[in-house]
Amino acid sequence: MTILRPAGEFDESYAYDMATIRRPWQWAALGLLLLALYTLPLYGSQSMVSLVNRIAISIIAVQGLNLLTGYTGQISLGQAAFMTVGGYISALLMIHLNWSFLLTLPAAALGAGLVGLIFGLPSLRVKGFYLAMSTLAAQFIIPWFTRNAFRDALNGAQGINVPVPVIFGIEFNTPQRYLYLTITILIITTIVASNAARSRLGRAFVSVRDNDLAAELLGINPFKYKLQAFFLAAVYAGVAGSLMAHHLRHINSETFNLTDSVLLLGMLILGGLGTNLGPFLGAAAVELLIELATLAGPFVSTYFPAAAGGVQALRPLFFGFTLMLFLIFEPRGLAHRWQLIKASWRLRPFAR
Amino acid sequence: MGNSPVLLTVDQVSLNFGRVQALSHVSCDVREGEILAIIGPNGAGKTSLLNCISNFYKPTKGRILFEGRDLTKTKPSQIAGLGIARTFQNIALYTGLSTLDNLMAARHIHMKSGMLACLAYWGFAHREDLRHREVVEEIIDFLEMEAIRKTVVGALPHGLRKRVELGRALALEPKLLLLDEPMTGMNQEEKEDMARFILDAHELRGVTLVLIEHDMGLVMDIADRVIVLDFGRKIAEGTPEEIRTNPEVINAYLGQEHI
Ligand SMILES: Nc1ncnc2c1ncn2[C@@H]1O[C@H](COP(=O)(O)OP(=O)(O)OP(=O)(O)O)[C@@H](O)[C@H]1O
Ligand SMILES: [Mg+2]
Repeated sequence: MTILRPAGEFDESYAYDMATIRRPWQWAALGLLLLALYTLPLYGSQSMVSLVNRIAISIIAVQGLNLLTGYTGQISLGQAAFMTVGGYISALLMIHLNWSFLLTLPAAALGAGLVGLIFGLPSLRVKGFYLAMSTLAAQFIIPWFTRNAFRDALNGAQGINVPVPVIFGIEFNTPQRYLYLTITILIITTIVASNAARSRLGRAFVSVRDNDLAAELLGINPFKYKLQAFFLAAVYAGVAGSLMAHHLRHINSETFNLTDSVLLLGMLILGGLGTNLGPFLGAAAVELLIELATLAGPFVSTYFPAAAGGVQALRPLFFGFTLMLFLIFEPRGLAHRWQLIKASWRLRPFAR
Repeated sequence: MGNSPVLLTVDQVSLNFGRVQALSHVSCDVREGEILAIIGPNGAGKTSLLNCISNFYKPTKGRILFEGRDLTKTKPSQIAGLGIARTFQNIALYTGLSTLDNLMAARHIHMKSGMLACLAYWGFAHREDLRHREVVEEIIDFLEMEAIRKTVVGALPHGLRKRVELGRALALEPKLLLLDEPMTGMNQEEKEDMARFILDAHELRGVTLVLIEHDMGLVMDIADRVIVLDFGRKIAEGTPEEIRTNPEVINAYLGQEHI
């Protein structure tokens, strides 16, 4: 006879096997990281806190793009446009209806998601490069709309001032206070994104990315999942856009522009497509690079006054060049490099 | 075997690609529980016939009935739900997923978690994953794939990919399994393993098999019935013994190989 085992044991072992975070040291590292982030306002400088805010918000936008481009394989050049939608919705609801941020944020997410869904419709017919072009349309139509429609409410190209979020009487009016908001929301978006990736939904996404014809014969309707991915990507953009708008306290048609859409895609590629870690590494790396280039500006203009104007102009070049080198030497992204490092660590002392 | 009920009927199916007549007026029955082999020279239309059954191609003429339902009027993404699974001549796995996740992805139609349940994960979606994980692990054990459970499929050698693809098709728990050259590109040992897996799947899981294979020895060993295609026409049908001695087949196919 076979050995009798308690039925729950299997479940527990599979559950353990499927868990994202398994080892005690991983929990410890995560705890320390969160502690460091939440206490950052106590010891970090204003500019450092602002930088972390920007990175966190970029991560959220890239996480959304990762679901669409990384997991589902649909290239989008419209992520920043959906941030615009989220930013405006959140601001307008707060200004005109006096809604709390706790309501305007989900509303911005949902609103952006629905707009994203509409721009995802061409994915029924077109793929790859052509789809990228049609998402680019969002990047032109949406800012145009904010400049030209409902001028009373949207104030044309000038844009609108965005109120400070107030939650339970606390005004999030400094970068330090705002950080608690962005980090908390980032935690939620991270959990949700990793759930999407590891579940039936994520497997359907990757099926569509890797082989949409086979996916169809295995009962997965590719169009349905492409639309869900478009929706979720835009939901994430909506959250990021709302957060950024309330952080900057202003939004207009240029707050999130085509350059940002390209940058977000660059972050994703740099970080690693289709990995949970990719958005973190990519967004952090790019934002740090931009910060570095900005910091280098005054330095250069002090010591090489003649080159000062040039540095500002060279910034995109600097970024482009880094991305290019990176694609040549680490096409699978930083997350892949991290996996390799972790693997070699696990094999110690046998690894060279 | 001869009097078990008909599962699939191919009725006067023709398929044209421009002026190429890939299939012309092909008819055949697949009976429940049998192993039917389709043979024929290169370009005879074997894959095309499979593609018509799995609704990959739409026949130019004719009907295909599965349990009384006309497959030519069914959406491709509904085929799996009816209980038809297949593998591909050129392997069509999800190369970015592990063996385990390839099989889990095939459980899609048996699972219910919608978008919101998946995003929340804990609770319903998690429990559902655990349940289906057990089904999938059984198949992994059955196909002796424990060692490659977590390996990304893109990194596997050809022979193992073929096996994963069989596993993925079995994970659908189909009534009818269509295998397009499941053993090409394998060495003798791999072929024997594969033949064993296919026969076991047939016996233990009671799945009806339609199989395209070039290795005649193998076909003669495992098939209950054989149909022979040549230039898109069915030129013979019968038991392996009848096919072996059919003069037209020898002329069109076997002869060609032996000469
Ligand atoms: N998508 C297609 N477009 C145009 N012609 C096609 C297509 N698919 C198949 N054909 C043609 O139909 C005929 C039958 O092809 P099919 O792939 O069904 O043959 P087969 O019997 O599977 O051959 P093989 O043993 O080489 O796999 C061939 O002449 C082929 O060129
Ligand atoms: Mg073929």
